[in-house]
Amino acid sequence: MAWFKKEKSTIPKKVKVPEGLWVKCNSCKEIIYRKELDKNLKVCPKCNYHFRISAKERISLLADEGSFNEIGENLASSDPLNFKDQIPYKQRLSESFSKTNIREAAIAGNTLIGGNPVMLVVLDFAFMGGSMGSVVGEKFAIAAEMAGEKEIPLLSVASSGGARMQEGIVSLMQMAKTSAAISKFKEKSAPYISILADPTFGGVSASFAMLGDIIFAEPKSLIGFAGARVIEQTIKQQLPENFQTAEFLLEHGMIDMIVNRKDLRQTIIRLLFLTTHVKSA
Amino acid sequence: MRYYLDFEKPVADLENKIEELKHLARGKDVDITSEIKKLEKKALTLRADIFSKLTPWQKTLLSRHSERPHTSDYIKLIMEDFIELHGDRKFSDDSAIIGGFARFQGMPVAVIGHEKGRSTKERIERNFGQANPEGYRKALRIMKLAERFGKPIITLIDTPGAYPGIGAEERGQSEAIANNLFEMFRLSTPIISVVIGEGGSGGALALSIGDRLLMMEHSVYSVISPEGCAAILWKKDNAELGQKEYETASEALKITAQDLYELGINDEIITEPLGGAHNDHQETAKMLKKALETHIAELTETPLDSLLKKRYNKFRGIGALQEQAAY
Repeated sequence: MAWFKKEKSTIPKKVKVPEGLWVKCNSCKEIIYRKELDKNLKVCPKCNYHFRISAKERISLLADEGSFNEIGENLASSDPLNFKDQIPYKQRLSESFSKTNIREAAIAGNTLIGGNPVMLVVLDFAFMGGSMGSVVGEKFAIAAEMAGEKEIPLLSVASSGGARMQEGIVSLMQMAKTSAAISKFKEKSAPYISILADPTFGGVSASFAMLGDIIFAEPKSLIGFAGARVIEQTIKQQLPENFQTAEFLLEHGMIDMIVNRKDLRQTIIRLLFLTTHVKSA
Repeated sequence: MRYYLDFEKPVADLENKIEELKHLARGKDVDITSEIKKLEKKALTLRADIFSKLTPWQKTLLSRHSERPHTSDYIKLIMEDFIELHGDRKFSDDSAIIGGFARFQGMPVAVIGHEKGRSTKERIERNFGQANPEGYRKALRIMKLAERFGKPIITLIDTPGAYPGIGAEERGQSEAIANNLFEMFRLSTPIISVVIGEGGSGGALALSIGDRLLMMEHSVYSVISPEGCAAILWKKDNAELGQKEYETASEALKITAQDLYELGINDEIITEPLGGAHNDHQETAKMLKKALETHIAELTETPLDSLLKKRYNKFRGIGALQEQAAY
């Protein structure tokens, strides 16, 4: 067959790219090679936007290798309201489980960070928007109580849209429960370090996330009480440009510092030393 | 002219008819007393019937009824010598929350509550009971004074929620609410909270950590408004959502005093007069007063350290779970 006869059929064919090979940055819209992004701890190499990472990724980023022992792994919601919208809440939960391979929106456990024993709670936005229901509240409360008993630091990483609507008033009361647990924990002299990742809103920001003795946030994370859309609809005004960003919160005195993901572990280790050691090392 | 909600229409029609009859008969030589009595009895039965089967959405509307007694009404009706305190000492005074000291049955107490306001002008001034951070900070300031002076605290909850605004975010709405939750677990004095109307999410919670949670018969308390829930679930613009969706959402969310009692959230439901609190402020206030008396008496007899432990355990136990592999 002559080569020119083939021309017609080959030209319009679209080049197929394996899914997820390239990622678009949410912030600067740059197209990034996924491998490069992963190597960079899921931080955009161009604009320093910190992509959301899973709770498991976060734990391996922060914890000393092999030191993490999960607690409350099998805690599951009892579906207190027997909630149903288009699909029953229980089904939503099991779907989230198949999607994320974690049982709830928080993973808690004891671990070492730079050799320091710490209780760690990490939220996972991929599981129902990191929303706090009875299980997230319970895991946090158990972790805070254990940290208090052992008098070791408590560390949490928030990434959540807020309370879990499907658990109604019970989810609202988790704000109270986690705050109570922190109140008890703070009778001891160990620090509570709260890390805010993108996004931290509603019932999570208005409870344990903002109660850190020391609060860090990742760059450009969105943090606030009410969602920007709700505020816009209420006040019928355009919002300021950097509204509800980590930088905005720092400027308004709501957080202590913005820490790049690559420096997060080291910064925590330094801070743990400064806040927990009595004698010179 | 009284303000009727849609579902009260049959009663409204009947009551208007009675008024008309009375008007017609005035100055004329006809005796319709027995006729009117009969109609009034019928109206009463009708009202009782309607109010015995209110849906959660109807209760939501009732809880927001503008004629319902507000915090300032209850203070006038059941307390004496109220001295209002103002300001958070940090930024400003938020009139969406009022608070101060007063005498209740002769006993000095701190009283704090959301105030929605009644006239249009006042409602705007009070931001419809939606507090900014300074409101919660003022409330905490007064609560801490109460602790120092050894006075019990009564909080009255009636808010659509914390205000979603630019200034609120700038001044730390989340921190203000979180800090109230945190501090209220440490306040070494009895705290009784009463949801008198609308218990809107975090803005309501920020004043209701305590030793007792009471709810008026037609009050609601929810993590999100039925409208907000419907908007999320059916992902439409608010314009397209209507009563049907709000009914479904408010039912699913379990927000009425009766639902919450079943869930073990509130300790008591305070009965309202037939037709709702707005029909009879005096009578409603009397019921509230009676309930408060009982609970204050119980709480002031409890040693403070056991009070704080019980307070902790109460909230610690909500949504406590067993390990189970459900999926």
